[in-house]
Amino acid sequence: MSDDLIIGKKRFRSRFILGSGKFSLDITDKVIRSGNVEIATLAVRRVNRGGQENVLDYMPKGVTLLPNTSGARNAEEALTIARLARELGCGDMIKIEIVRDTRYLLPDNAETVKAVRLLADDGFTPLPYMMPDLTAARDMADAGAAAIMPLAAPIGSNRGLLTRDFIRMMVEEIDLPIIVDAGIGRPSQACEAMEMGCGAVMANTAIATAADVPAMASAFRMAIEAGRAAYLAGLGRVLEDRGEASSPLTGFLGERDGVQSADGRMRLLSPYGEHRHRHPG
Amino acid sequence: MKVNGENESIAGGMTVKEYLDGRGYDASKSAVLLNGKVVPRAEFGSVTLSDGDSMEIVSFVGGG
Repeated sequence: MSDDLIIGKKRFRSRFILGSGKFSLDITDKVIRSGNVEIATLAVRRVNRGGQENVLDYMPKGVTLLPNTSGARNAEEALTIARLARELGCGDMIKIEIVRDTRYLLPDNAETVKAVRLLADDGFTPLPYMMPDLTAARDMADAGAAAIMPLAAPIGSNRGLLTRDFIRMMVEEIDLPIIVDAGIGRPSQACEAMEMGCGAVMANTAIATAADVPAMASAFRMAIEAGRAAYLAGLGRVLEDRGEASSPLTGFLGERDGVQSADGRMRLLSPYGEHRHRHPG
Repeated sequence: MKVNGENESIAGGMTVKEYLDGRGYDASKSAVLLNGKVVPRAEFGSVTLSDGDSMEIVSFVGGG
């Protein structure tokens, strides 16, 4: 059975989206291969004159480029950056990123909803980066988003799934891939997001600031695959109280019958302890 | 005119393509915003620059 990630009209096998910032260009290929990455984000920036190295020269063939609109402070700027990205030769997929807050770098949901509509009307496949807010996510879905990208924690912080309960609501309610973006710092956190039913995980800083960058990409790949497999398998239930034996409660060595207590609970009679403590008849 | 925020004098009637080639930009990997409007790559050879214009030349860089 195929289990593809579907974004707009495109299908992907990999659920690990890599941000390409903060590591040297010459290991880009190795990181992408180690992570089995099919989608990589890019930014659009002023270029200096002269033969500047270009990130595209280091991207393996077949990787889908996902330019972001970082630097945009409102919907109109996001549209302009998206159009520039289109001229630079990517596909239609754009990660909308609109940030006015300079301390925590939190995305502006209201402007992002507007931007989703502007970009969708202009023929783009928008993937909005957003504060995990169910109402805003619904508005973005209605405006034409192809996936929703809620943050786990402030971007670049490696602090993990601080917003897990709010992301869980979106997974339950929104009929689009929920891609956790920003703040994931460890493979275990990526795995948890996938166990919750998220469609994919995006990571950049967690990989780029690791001691061994390609090895960390590989660790994230495994964690994301494990989390997805666990989600598909259906997690076991959680007991709020007490325990439940995993081994059978019958057939003990030297077994006597269990005794039903007055409160209805089964009390186990140990064949060993009971003998030792029994009062002589 | 202004290019990426810096003041610069240019010869009148120069096209975007001539500017990029003359200044060592790789036109095939650059996108251009002229006075707030995106110049399609196919029009680099026909759109001309004039004094008072504001141009942004951008390309892809690594980023999240």
